[in-house]
Order: sequence, then C-alpha cells, then structure tokens
Amino acid sequence: MKDNIPSLEMAFPVRARDFLAGGDGAARIRRVLQQVGFPPAIIRRVAIAAYEAEMNIVIHSEGGELKAQITPEVITITARDTGPGIPDIELAMQEGYSTAPREIQEMGFGAGMGLPNIRRCADELEIKSAPGQGTTVNIIIYNR
Amino acid sequence: MQLREIVERLKLQVLAGEKALDREVSSGYCSDLISDFIANGAPGCLWLTLQTHMNVVAVALLTGAAGVVFTGGRGIPPEVCRRAEAEGLPLLHTHYHTFEIAGRLYRLLYEK
Repeated sequence: MKDNIPSLEMAFPVRARDFLAGGDGAARIRRVLQQVGFPPAIIRRVAIAAYEAEMNIVIHSEGGELKAQITPEVITITARDTGPGIPDIELAMQEGYSTAPREIQEMGFGAGMGLPNIRRCADELEIKSAPGQGTTVNIIIYNR
Repeated sequence: MQLREIVERLKLQVLAGEKALDREVSSGYCSDLISDFIANGAPGCLWLTLQTHMNVVAVALLTGAAGVVFTGGRGIPPEVCRRAEAEGLPLLHTHYHTFEIAGRLYRLLYEK
C-alpha cells in the first residue's frame, strides 16, 4: 500500500548531448512509481514532466542532474543544470519557440513544446534561470 | 482492435515486442516531433513516425503507446530494437510512407 511507503529520493546525473542515455532518469522514476502503485494518470504526468526536463538538460545545457522526491501525497521533480541559462523565461514558455540547433531539431526535438508540456503536467512549476547561471526547474505534482 | 490483427492486415514487419501484440490499439498518431507526440499521443495509440533513434522507445513507453510503426522503409538501429524487446514494446516496420499507412490504419480502426 502506498500509504505506508516512506519518502523516497532519487538522483540521476544527466550528460549534455547524450541522446542514448537521455530519458533514462525519467524512465527509472516512472518504474519506481509503478512498483509503488501510484495511479497511471499521475505516473504519466510525472514521467512526461521528468522526461522533458531531463531532455532540456541534454539539449540545452552543459550537463546537470535530475532529482525526484516521492511521498504518498506529492512528487517533486527537480532538474538543475549548468549551462547558458534562459534569458527570457516567458518567451521560452511559448509553444513553438525553440533555440535548439538544427541537427537536434532533425531528431524531432526542439519543437518548442518541452516547457509547455511540463506546464500542462505540473500542478506547480517554478523556473529559476539567468544568462550564464544555469537553470533550475522545479515541478510539483500532487497525488490526488 | 488487437495490435496483432493490425500487423497481419497491414503486413507490418515485427522488429520487437512480439509477445505484446495482444494489446489493444485505441487510435493512431502521426508525428516526427517528439514533444508533439508527448502532448497529443493518447495512451494505447499506435505511433507512426520517421524517427528511428533510441528516444522513440523511451517516449513510447512513458506515454503508454501501444507500439511504434516506423514508416518509409527506414533502417532501424539494432540497439533500438534490443531496448524495445527488453521493455516489451512492439516495434513495427513498413515500406509504406506515413500517409499511406495512416490511411490504411484509419480504415481498419474506424470503418468496420
């Protein structure tokens, strides 16, 4: 029963431009949530938000870390990177806006839908970033 | 409709996930943009795409897709098939282009 599980923390290093391992962190988080027995709709939202945040580190940063804190009531995903940062967060949140290079867009990434997808899945979303200072994305999803 | 019936009727080649062909297919979605599929691909849908890299497997799993159809006869990296096999995700292959196979799939699913 998920009411009996203690708080669980997971952390995964994320390497820049590693498209083979990119997404593995989100997949591990998803598997743990399945094993513990969270509802499929909650798992899907967490998995999508974590995946998009992880791939943003792969695509846009110089590397970082994906973390998950899981309690029966709330799941918190934190994606922190060292990288160029986001000069205009409001612009980055607009669907269709992307700064991904062409060769990455050809793989089907950088459609300008990553952050909007995260916002759609999250109950709370906080992005802290400044040029040259890296980016931290904090995502909260309640189990309700 | 069961994925197995779709595979037989559309003559799709099975690259991985043979054991999972009894799952139900709810709909189809055509996209070569990863985040577009994440936003709009419904759980249980069949994903038609030109993309053949490892992240297609990851995204199909996290969205709960019934399987992936690689269209246009593209070559699929063996490590992509191995990962999908290990995860029990059906990967299918066709020489038809996306428009052709989507039309045939649509008729199978909705024009009974």
